[in-house]
Amino acid sequence: MIARRAHRDLARAITSVENGIADYQVTAARLAAQGHRREGAGHAAIIGVTGPPGAGKSTLVDRLIEGFRANGETVAVIAVDPSSPFTHGAVLGDRVRMQRHAGDAGVFIRSMASRSAGGGLAPATRDAVRLADAAGFDVVVVETVGVGQVELEIVAVADVIVVVTVPALGDSVQTIKAGLTEIADIFVVNMADRPGANATAVDLKHMVREGKREIPVLQTIARDGTGVSELFAALGARRGAEDSNAVRAVRFELVRRARDEAVRHALAALDSPDAAAILERLRAHELTRNDAIDLLLPMLGGPVHAH
Amino acid sequence: MPIKVLVAKPGLDGHDRGAKIVARALRDAGMEVVYTGLHQTPEMIVTAAVQEDVDVVGVSILSGAHMTIFPKIMALLKEHDVDDIAVVGGGVIQEADIPKLKALGVREIFNAEATTQELIDGIERIVGETGRDRSRREAGAAR
Ligand SMILES: Nc1nc2c(ncn2[C@@H]2O[C@H](COP(=O)(O)OP(=O)(O)OP(=O)(O)O)[C@@H](O)[C@H]2O)c(=O)[nH]1
Ligand SMILES: [Mg+2]
Repeated sequence: MIARRAHRDLARAITSVENGIADYQVTAARLAAQGHRREGAGHAAIIGVTGPPGAGKSTLVDRLIEGFRANGETVAVIAVDPSSPFTHGAVLGDRVRMQRHAGDAGVFIRSMASRSAGGGLAPATRDAVRLADAAGFDVVVVETVGVGQVELEIVAVADVIVVVTVPALGDSVQTIKAGLTEIADIFVVNMADRPGANATAVDLKHMVREGKREIPVLQTIARDGTGVSELFAALGARRGAEDSNAVRAVRFELVRRARDEAVRHALAALDSPDAAAILERLRAHELTRNDAIDLLLPMLGGPVHAH
Repeated sequence: MPIKVLVAKPGLDGHDRGAKIVARALRDAGMEVVYTGLHQTPEMIVTAAVQEDVDVVGVSILSGAHMTIFPKIMALLKEHDVDDIAVVGGGVIQEADIPKLKALGVREIFNAEATTQELIDGIERIVGETGRDRSRREAGAAR
């Protein structure tokens, strides 16, 4: 069980990282100083749940909470909903589906607005997950924004990724864009009470067979719990399996950071006086666009390409 | 940083149209709004307020049960040591009860005739006054 006090302190720690008041190291150290670092913490199973809007992700997460609790495991949920790109406001509605666990001290649920970050997560989601882990939760479930296409950010955060979809009419697999087989560890066709669930599952199984990895394709009715025990069995099998996702997650995160760093570098280079002089000559028609690019490229420190 | 608000609907009355309209209006004003659904007990509301670490809890009551629900919410917030979270009320609340609720620590009551703009302005003012500005929350987090 997690102390009530830890819920409050964890919640405030998440706010700190979310609002850029303090970084992960500082907030995690403070949580520990507050006595919320439990023996064995830092080894939570992190489960990502992603899929299109309205597929039943939150309802399924509610079932996962129920199952993990029945097994005596404590659960933290970080649920991300989209921020409006115009007002930056957000309605965070995932929690509605999980509110029945509000009285259980073994369950912590935190909604996060995506704060206009792409990728289906919020900028601070990763740190929120780490903080929940540090606070001693056995399982951390991350629900992404309902995404139409493949969003890869979750790869860097979760150990196991559950892709939830629904029975589609007509071109079922078309709704699941290429690339999903690369991130999915488990496919769930939810709303199996609707027509077309079998056909969608069969299509997915064909798609999976073309890939290199073995990915179970399950059917659930999150609303009444049908098929959820099979999902737990699949999750259990993944937890014991060799951790190739860890390698993938590290690669993804390092590539992302390298890219961000390169972008920062490039922007700084463009602000330099030398670059400004070249851009000035471009503006005065003394250079062509391609000449300007050729002259600027070496300033990035990267390879120079001829055009 | 955006103001974070919990919109809660306690009691047994059957629909949440009003609460959803309020949630959307606050979103359109740039706030992050956690919505918890119908039939929330004071315990559920306060648990959500703690975990979500909101600035403001907005409680909408139409059933006339406000004189039992608000005292419970205020007591639970204190018990969880989060009584720096501001509480506002809305819905159908008799004029005579408003001073009693304010004495309990409820910051503002918006009656059924209040416009969403009044609600937005009221919340922004309260968050400004209480200094529970989420970008200046270091002191609160360090306690
Ligand atoms: N018929 C049926 N409805 C379901 C099932 N699972 C969920 N629903 C309903 O589908 C609707 C959306 O469910 P959510 O769990 O909120 O879906 P979500 O994927 O979390 O939605 P977003 O977070 O907004 O992307 C709700 O009305 C659920 O009750 C199911 O298995 N069958
Ligand atoms: Mg959801």
